[in-house]
Amino acid sequence: MANLNDLKLRISSVKSTQKITSAMKMVAAAKLRRAQEQAEASRPYAERMERMLGSLAASAGKQPGASPLLAGTGKDDVHLLIVAAADRGLCGGFNSNIVKEARKKAHELIKAGKTVKFYCIGRKSRDQLRREFGPNIVDTIEDIAKPSLGFDKAATVSDYVLRMFDAGEFDVCTIFYAKFKSVIVQIPTAQQLIPFEAEGDADASGLADGGIYDYEPSDEKILSDLLPRNISIQIFKAMLENAASEHGARMSAMDSATRNAGEMIDRLSIQYNRTRQANITNELIEIISAKEAL
Amino acid sequence: MAKEQVEFELVSPEKLLLSQSVDMVVVPGEDGDFGVLPRHAPMISTVRPGVIAIYSGKEISERIFVAGGFAEVTTERCTVLAEVAQPIGEIDKAAVQQQLQDAKEDLSDAKDDAARDAARKQIELSEAMLTAIG
Repeated sequence: MANLNDLKLRISSVKSTQKITSAMKMVAAAKLRRAQEQAEASRPYAERMERMLGSLAASAGKQPGASPLLAGTGKDDVHLLIVAAADRGLCGGFNSNIVKEARKKAHELIKAGKTVKFYCIGRKSRDQLRREFGPNIVDTIEDIAKPSLGFDKAATVSDYVLRMFDAGEFDVCTIFYAKFKSVIVQIPTAQQLIPFEAEGDADASGLADGGIYDYEPSDEKILSDLLPRNISIQIFKAMLENAASEHGARMSAMDSATRNAGEMIDRLSIQYNRTRQANITNELIEIISAKEAL
Repeated sequence: MAKEQVEFELVSPEKLLLSQSVDMVVVPGEDGDFGVLPRHAPMISTVRPGVIAIYSGKEISERIFVAGGFAEVTTERCTVLAEVAQPIGEIDKAAVQQQLQDAKEDLSDAKDDAARDAARKQIELSEAMLTAIG
């Protein structure tokens, strides 16, 4: 039978754990709100970029000699997988889900005889991939959200990726991140960055809105400027979605941790009280029987 | 409506910076500045580092420095996508000169092409900023 002191210690340790998890939940909630605002604020740029790109790709993309960023290199032998996860854990299955998705894709590609390379965003994605794909990881970027998640971080990543692409180090680039649906639901998503895939309705909306554009200086020139820019925007968008998802996941994980701790405290308190009562009853019986013996 | 106006929008990756109706806006295009009035022909242009001037009536009401980007013009709207945008009044001349100085030093210290390109870009940008302030 557990003695009273042990139970007391356990109760107080669970209590302090509960304090930590509930504080983390509140911090995550505050950060989530900020991340959501940021994601919303960045939407207009991405939307307009997409509209321009859609109408440009429709007019210039079909021509021979179009940029390899749009048309591809003509091969798909080497794949670069950008895996965006968090720097820290304690957020439920958030990191594992993203990495699982990326790992699945990597296995498929390897089975098909392709070469796979990884670029990791966030410490956790690197840690989880290192065991299996250690030599395939080309680089890792950490602490993207410190001091704040700015566009310059996305630009750093896209610069690196584009340099690799120009050097012919890969043919197809896909980014893995968690799309933010709600606090409870985050969907691990794979999005192809290179070659660029126009979303179905992008060119239609471009044409409906103002008709055929004039291009200055020329459509190829604009396209070659716009495509690299678009990649950094897409990476930025993925980072922002990811940040919101991370905080959402952490919030719900910490919420259930806090609840579990509460249940545990209740159970331990009942046990503590029963033990205490049993001890008192025992002592009383001892005193009474001792008196009777006299 | 008494007078036709252009819906002008200035957008950075982080947020929508400006959205208002204006009488005319002059954008520094790659091939030279162009003014946008209502019912302008639809076009898409790249933007070089320079100053966007917003007109109300015949007066310039606001001047904003942009570090390059893209402009989309339709008959009733003008949208500028810029990575860096700053009202002229808020630019600190001394800080820009310092940046220019630093960039020049970077250029002479640069070891590989990437670093040299980055420094050259920064110099271009700072110089454009200085001309903008005048």
